[in-house]
Amino acid sequence: MPLVIWLLIFLVFPYCYIFIQSFFETDNFGKTIPGVSLDSYKRAFSNSLYIGTIFRTLMYAVLVAIICILLSLPLAYWIAFKVKKNKTFMYTLIALPLWVSYIIRAYAWKIILGREGVLNTFFQWAHITDKPVEYFLYSTFSTIVCLVYILTPFVAIPIYTAFEQIPKSLIEAAKDLGAGSFTTFRKVVFPLALPGIISGGTFALVLTMGDFLSPLLLGGPNTLFISNIVQNLFGTSNDRPLGSAVGILILLLIFLIIAIAARAEKKYSSLKSNAR
Amino acid sequence: MKSFSIKNFFVGFSAIAVLLFLYFPLAVIVLFSFNADTVSSFPIKHFSLKWYSVLFSDVELLRSVGTSITIAVISTLIALIIGIPAAYTMHKYDFKGKKLIDKIVLMPITLPGIVTGVAMLSFFPFVGVKISLTAVAFGHVTFLCAIVVTQMLARFKRLDPYLEQAAYDLGATPSATFFKVILPNIKTAIIGCVLLCLVLSMDEIPVTFFLIAGNNTLPLEIYAMMRRGITPEVNAISTLIFIFSTAAILLSLKLNKEK
Repeated sequence: MPLVIWLLIFLVFPYCYIFIQSFFETDNFGKTIPGVSLDSYKRAFSNSLYIGTIFRTLMYAVLVAIICILLSLPLAYWIAFKVKKNKTFMYTLIALPLWVSYIIRAYAWKIILGREGVLNTFFQWAHITDKPVEYFLYSTFSTIVCLVYILTPFVAIPIYTAFEQIPKSLIEAAKDLGAGSFTTFRKVVFPLALPGIISGGTFALVLTMGDFLSPLLLGGPNTLFISNIVQNLFGTSNDRPLGSAVGILILLLIFLIIAIAARAEKKYSSLKSNAR
Repeated sequence: MKSFSIKNFFVGFSAIAVLLFLYFPLAVIVLFSFNADTVSSFPIKHFSLKWYSVLFSDVELLRSVGTSITIAVISTLIALIIGIPAAYTMHKYDFKGKKLIDKIVLMPITLPGIVTGVAMLSFFPFVGVKISLTAVAFGHVTFLCAIVVTQMLARFKRLDPYLEQAAYDLGATPSATFFKVILPNIKTAIIGCVLLCLVLSMDEIPVTFFLIAGNNTLPLEIYAMMRRGITPEVNAISTLIFIFSTAAILLSLKLNKEK
C-alpha cells in the first residue's frame, strides 16, 4: 500500500530518528556527533530550565484544561438539554471556530488585549481605568486566555456528545424521584458524562503541552512553554540532540497522560453497561 | 410544566456568555478590518475599505497566498491519491497490522505538531527532501492523509455493500468496480474531504514552521507581519480567510452528510 510506504518514510522514520538523535552528542562547537550517550537526557534532567519548564507547562496545561471544562459544561449542557430548535446549527456554532485559522484566532487576542487594544481603550472610554493595563498582553495571562479560547471547542464537543448519549429517561426518572435540577446534574448527568469530560480535558492538556505558537505570539519575556524550548534548540541554539531528548520527554509525558485518561474513561463509563 | 426558573436562566446565560467568548474575537477582527485608523482602538471613528486596498497591493502577501494555494492543491491531490485506495483497502479487507496503520495515520494530528515538525526537519534531508516548499508539501500530505483516510473510511462504511456485489455479479473487474461504481458514489464525500484538506493545509503552521525555506506560506506571512508590529492589514486578510474557510467548511459538512 502506498500509504504505508509514505507513512513509514515521512512519519515513522522521522519519529524514530529523533529518538535516535536524542542519544547523540554535541561537541564544544555545537556540532552533532552520532553516538550512543545519555548526555542529552542528563542535561535535560539536571537543568531546571528543561525539567522545570516541563512541569510548569504541565501546570499551565492543567489550568487550561480546567478552565476549558468549566466553560464547556454550561455550553454543552444548554445545547444538549435546553435548546430544542436548531440543535444542529448550535452544534455547528461550537465546532466552527475549530476550523478557523490558528494564527487568526491568536491575532484576535493581540488586538483585543494590546496596550492600545480594544479592551484597554474600551476600559478607558468607559472610565473603568484611566491608563492602559499593561499585563493584558505579552504575558502568561494572555497566553492562557488564547489557549483557553482555541481549545474550548475541542473540549466542548466530547462533553456535548457525552450529554447527548445520556438517555433522557434517566433524567426524568431522577426528577420523578424528587431530585432537583442540581441534584440530578450532580448525581446523574455529571457521572454519566464524566468519560466525555475526561476526554475533552485530555485534548486540552495534550494540545497545550505541544503548543509553541500562543506563547510565541502572545507571551511575555518570562512566558516559556516547553515547546518553545524545543523550538529554540532546533533553531537558534542548534542543539539537536538535547532538543530531541526534550521532545521525546514531552511525547512520553503525553503518552502517560493519554494512558491515564483512557483508564479513567473506562473506569467511569457506566453508561454502556447499565443503559444498554 | 416547565416554566421560567432561575437555574435555567443561569445555565442559558452562561452558555450564551461562552458562545460570545468564542465569537467575540472573530467579530472584533471583522469589525476592525473596516476601521480607517491605524490602531485597533475602541470606539471606531471612521469606517473605510482602506486596509483591503492596502492588502491587494501588498506583493509579498499576495505571493504568500499563491504559495499557500499551490501547496494546498498539490498536497491535497497527493493525499487523495494515496489515501482513498488505502481507505478502500482498509474498509474491504481484514489484514494484520490494520489497527496499527489506523493509529499511525492519526499520529500527525494526535501528537504535538512541534514534535512532528522537528522530527521531519531532522529526517527529511536523509531521504533527499531538502528543507524547502517541497518539504512543506510533503509534511502537509502526511497529516492530510489522516483526514482523507478517516473521512473516506467513514464514507465507505455507509456505502451499500450490495452495490459492489452487484457490479461483480455483472462481471466487472475489481478496478472497474472501484472506478465506475464506488468512486461515483462517494463523489460528494470526496469533494467535502477536499475542502477540508485545502482549509487545513492553508492554515497549517507547526509543521510548516520547521520545514519552510524561501517564500512564506500565508499563515507564516501573517505571523511575520504580526512580529513586525500590528497592522490592520492583518485584520483585512484575516476577515477574508475567515469568510472563505467558513464557507468551505460549512459546504464540506453539508456534503459529508449527503448520502
